[in-house]
Amino acid sequence: MASLTDIAKTGRKAEGHRPFPRAIVGGDGWQLAVRELVEATATLLGLWGDRDAVHLALLEELSGAIAVFTLPCPDGKFPSVGVHHPAAIRLERTIADLYGYKPTGATDTRHWLDRGFWGVTHPLGKRRKRAIEAYPYAFLPVEGEDLHQIPVGPVHAGIIEPGHFRFTANGETVVRLEERLGYVHKGTESLMTGATLDKGAKLAGRTSGDSTVAYALAFAQAVESALQIDVPARAVWLRALMAELERLANHFGDIGAICNDASFSLAFAECGVLRERTLRAAQACFGHRLMMDRIVPGGVTDYLGEGGIEALRALLETVRSSFPGVVEIYDNTASLQDRTVTTGYLAPTLARAFGAGGYVGRASGRAFDARKAVGYAPYDQLEFEAPVRDDGDVNARVWIRIREVEQSLRLIDQILERLPEGRIHTDRAKSGGVREGLALVEAFRGDVLIYVRIGEDGLIERCHMRDASWFQWPLLEVAIEGNIVADFPLCNKSFNCSYSGHDL
Amino acid sequence: MRRLIFKNVARGRLTEPAPKPDDVALAELAANLDRAARRKLGRSLAIREVDAGSCNACELEIHALNNAFYDLERFGLRFVASPRHADVLLVTGPVTKNMREALERTYAATPDPKWVVAVGNCAADGGIFAGSYAVEGGVSKVVPVDLHIPGCPPTPEALLKGLLALISAA
Repeated sequence: MASLTDIAKTGRKAEGHRPFPRAIVGGDGWQLAVRELVEATATLLGLWGDRDAVHLALLEELSGAIAVFTLPCPDGKFPSVGVHHPAAIRLERTIADLYGYKPTGATDTRHWLDRGFWGVTHPLGKRRKRAIEAYPYAFLPVEGEDLHQIPVGPVHAGIIEPGHFRFTANGETVVRLEERLGYVHKGTESLMTGATLDKGAKLAGRTSGDSTVAYALAFAQAVESALQIDVPARAVWLRALMAELERLANHFGDIGAICNDASFSLAFAECGVLRERTLRAAQACFGHRLMMDRIVPGGVTDYLGEGGIEALRALLETVRSSFPGVVEIYDNTASLQDRTVTTGYLAPTLARAFGAGGYVGRASGRAFDARKAVGYAPYDQLEFEAPVRDDGDVNARVWIRIREVEQSLRLIDQILERLPEGRIHTDRAKSGGVREGLALVEAFRGDVLIYVRIGEDGLIERCHMRDASWFQWPLLEVAIEGNIVADFPLCNKSFNCSYSGHDL
Repeated sequence: MRRLIFKNVARGRLTEPAPKPDDVALAELAANLDRAARRKLGRSLAIREVDAGSCNACELEIHALNNAFYDLERFGLRFVASPRHADVLLVTGPVTKNMREALERTYAATPDPKWVVAVGNCAADGGIFAGSYAVEGGVSKVVPVDLHIPGCPPTPEALLKGLLALISAA
């Protein structure tokens, strides 16, 4: 077993990639890196295509080190990672769709995002025109007696994003779920190429609307690492404030919605009120309910006046006086517990193998939280805990959220108390050459990875964004197995994976 | 649980008074809907929401319409689970090419008379995603639109104003 740093030394160091090292390796170095995944000493953070190359980002479990390995593939082929490490399969299928690079040895070579409707093939690689015609798609074969299939979506019954779920059931019991995603693919990464940093920040903030703060933060951090920009302290703290407000709003929404999927509307209504109050406080502080476009490379756009601080203190008081009552009801309603306890179990071994982030990972024993693991400012100076459980069911994912609400309140207290004065934005330096940055930020549903490369002209050459959902969606297929069809909404909502963040 | 319910009853309602229907929306509707159509609508509407490629921010704010502050149902407006039960399609997103067929089929499954409301800047003309190989660039490229509600995302109040314009008498 080598360390990631040792493996990186076998390759050529990419100058200008910050803050984590990136090494350009040959086939041997690539295999060494993949072996770290197979031996579970490293976790997959990302796998994405670039001009004549593929990048593999890894996290070393013991040391917490992060490194990127780049394999040039001028012949349009690279050795499959997915064949050794299943978490990489959908990422590889995406590289094949967007760039046309073939993962050699891969067992699943079906399209993933490309359904044949784009009018072009390989939009990020050597783009070719193609007549608009759906590709055939073979769902995995299912064999056995008394099985029936239920196709659901892309248009669902609720007000949610589009995706297709193919259930195979025996009576009421789900035998297999197969997901088919890609419906909301907007070509965001192609729009990034050639965009200004300002436009890039806007696009990043519209990758997954519920995580607009986290994405804008990750994009800004990646750009600031690349260009070596020092962000004023007040801006750094205000960013964390926004991130925690976003986490609060989403956790309130999720806790309520999970209860609603068990037809328990009292908790849904109460959580809806808390979510609305949080969004109104955000509006009072930053002028936008979801805080879109408030974090920009170099700082933030809003200073946060006295009025905003008042609104926040009022919010904290309301939440502290009413949320415990909601939690008590959740915990003491037998009919609700009957639906959430033991439902949708995810084994810790799988959460670890897939590098599941957020409440999905932390409810199944994987303690990873980018705020702690990467320890970006100001979290390195704040006191908070990342709650972990190992019971792995819907109930555990609810409780992780409840505990995280409490931690976010604690964080907001500290931020308000210690918020530094001063500037909130710094001017950007010229790039002075090709510069690259990588950032890993904790969104409410898990870690967001953003890689950005900025050209000499200051425009974006390549930007890749990887949502936590990439490693959570496949696990939902496992969690639902053996549960009844009627419990799928509960399982799905307890994961609350992003469609738009995944499809891009 | 009882304690919480009593407390809520004592607190009084959170629901806020209705905003005035949006003038711009009324003008757009006046051009798009005739009086007869509006009479048929009456004061009750069943709405089917279709995400045609949004980033999900619009859905979050549409969801908010159901919370205690906005309480959409008091206006006779409610969300339904199937286009076959709907009078109105509320469509978000720039319409991705991968969602085009699903949107067309949802529209076809909605019984006449029906109305389409395009929600958000993306739904108007593709917004920030306009020009991508993967999007059509607005709802009206695929199905006829009766009303646009702009915003990124539109606030629940803006959504409410637009929808109230839809049901307000001619």
